[in-house]
Amino acid sequence: MIEVKNLKKSFGANVVLKDINVTVKPREVVVVIGPSGSGKSTFLRCINLLESITDGHVYIEGIDITDKKSDINKVRTEVGMVFQQFNLFPHKKVIENIMLAPMKVRNVTAEQARKKGLELLRKVGLEDKAETYPDSLSGGQKQRVAIARALAMEPKIMLFDEPTSALDPEMVGEVLEVMKQLAKEGMTMVVVTHEMGFAKEVGDRVIFMDGGLIVEENTPNQLFDDPKESRTKAFLSKVL
Amino acid sequence: MDIQWNILAEYAPFFLKGTLLTIGLSLAGILIGTILGLFIGLGKMMKNKWLSFPFGLYITLFRGTPMLVQIMLIHFAVVPLFTGGTNGIAAAILTLSLNSAAYIAEIFRAGIQSIDKGQMEAARSLGMTHVQAMRYVILPQAFKRMIPPLGNEFIVLIKESSLASLVAAPELMYWGRAMQGQYFRVWEPYITAALIYLILTLSLSYVLSRLERRLATE
Ligand SMILES: Nc1ncnc2c1ncn2[C@@H]1O[C@H](COP(=O)(O)OP(=O)(O)O)[C@@H](O)[C@H]1O
Ligand SMILES: [Mg+2]
Repeated sequence: MIEVKNLKKSFGANVVLKDINVTVKPREVVVVIGPSGSGKSTFLRCINLLESITDGHVYIEGIDITDKKSDINKVRTEVGMVFQQFNLFPHKKVIENIMLAPMKVRNVTAEQARKKGLELLRKVGLEDKAETYPDSLSGGQKQRVAIARALAMEPKIMLFDEPTSALDPEMVGEVLEVMKQLAKEGMTMVVVTHEMGFAKEVGDRVIFMDGGLIVEENTPNQLFDDPKESRTKAFLSKVL
Repeated sequence: MDIQWNILAEYAPFFLKGTLLTIGLSLAGILIGTILGLFIGLGKMMKNKWLSFPFGLYITLFRGTPMLVQIMLIHFAVVPLFTGGTNGIAAAILTLSLNSAAYIAEIFRAGIQSIDKGQMEAARSLGMTHVQAMRYVILPQAFKRMIPPLGNEFIVLIKESSLASLVAAPELMYWGRAMQGQYFRVWEPYITAALIYLILTLSLSYVLSRLERRLATE
């Protein structure tokens, strides 16, 4: 489903991703952990080309997105992304936030888009907020809307970049709950997070990144309870 | 100083006509300037340095030279080049538009760049093209932030349109000068003109502050 081969990324002279190789199978939930600055966000952003790729290849369902000939906008419709800062469109109502891309990118009618949007809002428990503006929502509600907005494009893959890091602690649960539900439904997910409980509960695999490299990769139980690398041990002793 | 009310009464219809032309010139200037400014602003933001250079140069030239020089060049050199003759009103509209376009381009650029980068990324991650993201996500938010500085530019333009009197466009200041020339009086024509300009700019800033307040509560 996702195949990352020898991915390298530098910002000028700063080499941020050194040589990343990852395969994500359909319906798999991969959790990425690692210290701040280790390149987790950059890795995620390379998967939908929000960052240009310096070297290597990324295949999404067999399509090489680094190939200039592939239609990146089309690929992006298959890959949803949820950001730490939500990035809702503040000038649009909640329902309009969700309807916009399906209407403009997929040429869905307003009626259909609204129907689908309300369905998704129900799914994330925010149907009553459809006609409000994002500013009036709490952080947890904003993030749930952002998830609904990404789902409206019916992506096959969802990327989450620290979706709960900007939230007050009491709101983390409601967002994780939505993500767990999504995982249960079989969504293919790559999740950067510090929520180790989430990783254990729904993660099929955990990747530990440090210094632009994948240091260790294993099932959650193995990686958390029996880390092989000293760097992994050091990191886990700090966050667990 | 005794005011000669009779000559003021005689000139009242001219001041009225002049005021209307002043409003017309400024309106035309801000409208054309806004459209041109949008394109020049977007042009200057292009990543390719060679492509963005001419737009940057345009802005530098029009902001770095006096409008008086610009209107003279346009009136006596540029307009005749195309039409074979001079036309004060055309020169005035052209100068006000081209000049304000340079300032408005910078207003657009600042407005667009003030929008959080995450907005463009969210839009692109949903599969929108760059143009779609600009049109539906970035520009609507940027426009709201541009209203106050655009309003300021409009006020500046109303005042600067007085330069059109020097190329014989019969606006407000033109009739002030005509009155001075005919009666050798200075207080009556120029105080009148000043008051009318003041009424125009104060009304506009009143409307703008109302508009800003309404947008702020939305
Ligand atoms: N747009 C950028 N320009 C320059 N350097 C960047 C940019 N984005 C990230 N970096 C650098 O790349 C490194 C990895 O960043 P990031 O992927 O955000 O790490 P993480 O998400 O693991 O905290 C950091 O050193 C950061 O300074
Ligand atoms: Mg990050």
